[in-house]
Amino acid sequence: MSENGIGKPVKRREDRRFLTGRGRYTDDLRMENQAYAAFVRSPHAHARVSGIDAAAALEQEGVIRVLTGPELVADGIGNIITGWAITSKDGAPMKVGDWSALATDRVRYVGDAVAVVIAETRQGARNAAELVEVSYEELPAVARGDRALQPGAPQLHDVAPGNLVFDWEIGDAAATDAALAAAATVVELSLENNRLAPNAMEPRSAVAVHDPAEDHYTLYTTSQNPHVARLVLSAFYQVAPEHKLRVVAPDVGGGFGSKIYIYPEEITCLWAAMKTGRSVKWTSERNEAFMTDAHGRDHVTTARMGFDEGGRITGFKVETIANLGAYCSLFATATPTYLYATLLSGQYDIPAIHANVKAAYSNTVPVDAYRGAGRPEATYLVERMMTTAARQMGMEEAELRRRNFIQSFPHQTPVIMCYDAGDFPGNLDKAMAAADVAGFPARRAEAAARGMLRGLGYSCYIEACGIAPSKAVGALGAGVGLWESAEMRVNPVGTIEILTGSHSHGQGHETTFAQIVADRFGVPIESISILHGDTDKVQFGMGTYGSRSGAVGMSAIVRAMDKVEAKVRRIAAHLLDGAPEDIVIEDGQARLPGTNRSLAWHEIGLAAYTAHDLPEGMEPGLKETAFYDPVNFTFPAGTYICEVEVDPQTGVVRIVQFTAADDFGTVINPMIVEGQVHGGVAQGIGQALLEQVVYDEAGQLLTGSYMDYCMPRADDVPFYTITHNATVCPGNPLGMKGCGEAGAIGSPPAVINAVTDAIGTNDLSMPATPMKVWQALAGARAPAAAE
Amino acid sequence: MYPVTYHRPASVEEALHLLAEEEEAMALAGGQTLLPTMKQHLAAPSALVDLAACGLSGIRAEGGGLVIGAMTTHAEIAASAEVAAHLPVLGLVAAGIGDPAVRHRGTIGGSVANNDPAADYPAALLALEARIETDRRVLAAEEFFEGLFATALEEGEIVTRIHLDPPKRAAYAKFPNPASRYALVGVMVAETAAGIRVAVTGAGEDGVFRHAGLEAALDAEFTPDAAAAVRVSPAGLAADLHASAAYRAHLIAVMAARAVAAC
Repeated sequence: MSENGIGKPVKRREDRRFLTGRGRYTDDLRMENQAYAAFVRSPHAHARVSGIDAAAALEQEGVIRVLTGPELVADGIGNIITGWAITSKDGAPMKVGDWSALATDRVRYVGDAVAVVIAETRQGARNAAELVEVSYEELPAVARGDRALQPGAPQLHDVAPGNLVFDWEIGDAAATDAALAAAATVVELSLENNRLAPNAMEPRSAVAVHDPAEDHYTLYTTSQNPHVARLVLSAFYQVAPEHKLRVVAPDVGGGFGSKIYIYPEEITCLWAAMKTGRSVKWTSERNEAFMTDAHGRDHVTTARMGFDEGGRITGFKVETIANLGAYCSLFATATPTYLYATLLSGQYDIPAIHANVKAAYSNTVPVDAYRGAGRPEATYLVERMMTTAARQMGMEEAELRRRNFIQSFPHQTPVIMCYDAGDFPGNLDKAMAAADVAGFPARRAEAAARGMLRGLGYSCYIEACGIAPSKAVGALGAGVGLWESAEMRVNPVGTIEILTGSHSHGQGHETTFAQIVADRFGVPIESISILHGDTDKVQFGMGTYGSRSGAVGMSAIVRAMDKVEAKVRRIAAHLLDGAPEDIVIEDGQARLPGTNRSLAWHEIGLAAYTAHDLPEGMEPGLKETAFYDPVNFTFPAGTYICEVEVDPQTGVVRIVQFTAADDFGTVINPMIVEGQVHGGVAQGIGQALLEQVVYDEAGQLLTGSYMDYCMPRADDVPFYTITHNATVCPGNPLGMKGCGEAGAIGSPPAVINAVTDAIGTNDLSMPATPMKVWQALAGARAPAAAE
Repeated sequence: MYPVTYHRPASVEEALHLLAEEEEAMALAGGQTLLPTMKQHLAAPSALVDLAACGLSGIRAEGGGLVIGAMTTHAEIAASAEVAAHLPVLGLVAAGIGDPAVRHRGTIGGSVANNDPAADYPAALLALEARIETDRRVLAAEEFFEGLFATALEEGEIVTRIHLDPPKRAAYAKFPNPASRYALVGVMVAETAAGIRVAVTGAGEDGVFRHAGLEAALDAEFTPDAAAAVRVSPAGLAADLHASAAYRAHLIAVMAARAVAAC
């Protein structure tokens, strides 16, 4: 096995440039003839636009052009699309309101773009944008999803009466109702999954270039999936046909889902480049990011779970309202349906499940997939429910979970998913041992002696990665296939280039993807380059989200390596005078066992490209392409145990220990996997204790900066205890499951279950800020004391 | 940021002249509030008069107390041997402001002139009965801090020095806003020559204030329990996303008790 092969904690090769300030991000690019865009944005949550007067802006020195929505529509730029068609339970298609990149007659959230100023300088564009006078007739607004669905709520889109995008269901309602009616115990829970802002370190940015000579466009942008961006920009927005549009996503500083989507700004920059004859750059400021990056989560849910006398789950009924914001973003409709309700079985054998999801328009920025996308919402509900049930029934919560674990695989749940492998009791055992659960009572007593309240919380999460196969997701409404492509090029000197449709924006693909190649052929990792993020280099790809780059992206590379290996065997057999199946490829050589004959990797490359002596009929060259379409989702699962101390005087929660036992299947690079768990858990802790986007009743964004939106800092998170349990995924060649989102999916309920354990009341919502914890404590002591 | 003219005068006199000359000019100290505000287009001075070269930095011991130049940074105060010797509580307050970058740019004069209702220095100076010297007069902290971002400074008046006498004992306890890490409630407890002083920042609708009930309770019995037993009224306290007035009222007593314990 190679020293840089599978399972080795190889240091991230890309970090040299990132840590020395030599990364090349979109905003670092400087084009010839570059101008800057600044957007004129609605200050109102809901208003009619009755006029735009750009005269004062146009008088400013350096202002090139002011462009508006009606001009965009007149030029044939299409509306922004949503990529997953959901059908309501009555058979009606979902109701999608028009979303123009620049508003034509109405704005529906604070930050909705109305016009764009193109100017010689960034500051000049921004200052001129303030001089564009937009006449608004304010309309009543609604910010909460549940209120938007109530009678009399302000209406956002004529096509969606009652602001209802869809009313969808999954599972067997009659069987679930019957199970609950017959249950020995029914546990009820109402909760909200708080709305989050994604906060990638690098804000969104776009540089659009139009070459009038070729009528060709290039868009450099902060994208997690440049090929999908090109497809959508071409097929739906009609900016340019695909062969006349190149999309490049260079170094990208984090996405967490927020850079999957094609936003109004990128579309507008491309169009503005054509209109002005200039290269047009736009880079989001942080306050723009809070206002316009797709938010995550925002569910309101009530649920009932039935148990028999032995504590076995008999049925689970869920009613959820998902707030989609003002428009349907690209994956907005899939997130609260097929990425959420299909995971409601958790790790448990539940005979009957029924979920009803209503999706609502509201006067807020669109909500879409954010690290975990639907699975955190499902996990939070299921795992808070299990803990609530254990408390209500007076059982140990680990024991209640254990009693209901799925133990044999494959396991078909009542909500589409068929789990292929897992070891749920094993994960729980490992986590409990690592967290020293046995020692908890003593730690709790010691804390109590100091006046502190100590609590322990569990979360046994399962999630689904690598949305697949394409045929199945197509049947469920997906507008795209969800495979991945890879190309392996062996150069004449033996160096290797891997072209992948996956996109790295922090995941470390330049390291891990190279590791699987080094492992397979025994070549030095330094001889391998990973190329991604450019539609001119990689023919097509579906990008990186949903923790799919390992299970799907690397599987495509394996398939391309299979093809290269087959050709290498034939070439080596020919030159070494043996049979292809006898050739052994290791340590960067092809050997014929039983002889002293071998070919170094560069000799094979040279032979393939000189083509002086290849097997009869073989094409020269050594380059193979593969498209890989998985057979199923993959199912990472694990147990997280959180231990907290609450200061009853202030309500401050301190996480004293956080233990993760994850089953990600085969691990390529344990250091990078642990980093993913660290980051994911930190974001989950952020959701549980700190983060929440707040709009007021009028739809004004109250958390528009870091002064009010609380991101986790280093001292908010503990040193983590991380262990692994590995059951190999049978669905892909490397046996991988995916690790990018598990931390964010599994951790919030562990934290909240720990805090509620500490304070002795279950009545607590995320984020459990000091004030809320104090109020919960005061409410538990004397209901009138807390205000 | 809108276009702005930058001046760097070499004396207070020159700075005063520049400020008087241009109506929309503003004095620039460390800029840790003003510059972000300008970047957000919430402030638009026509000119900035940078006080960095006016000779207003430095800390000196004088008559048993301290005289601190208005342009002295938080980091300098936190690291000062004179402060550690005569007024260690002030060094601790300075060390807890913002983050290292803020502490290396932000100044005590800028902070008191801005009088942010969640800043730490106003509570410290009020409880320590500091005297604030300007280009034209000396004001007691009590007279100086008037309300939310409001001070007794006249148009074009510049804070030059802060005068402080060591208290018999003093401590500051801050409960940070989880997001901004400004004081959600900050309580400075001091026993000065004039008696017990308890000053509260972060909590008041009108900025920093002294709490008579806590002062009376601690005057009677200087113990954490005495502070914790005071029922602080939520009337007049701020309420926002992060804390209701009732929670702030509760935290005032808790932080006062912790400050007393640290005295």
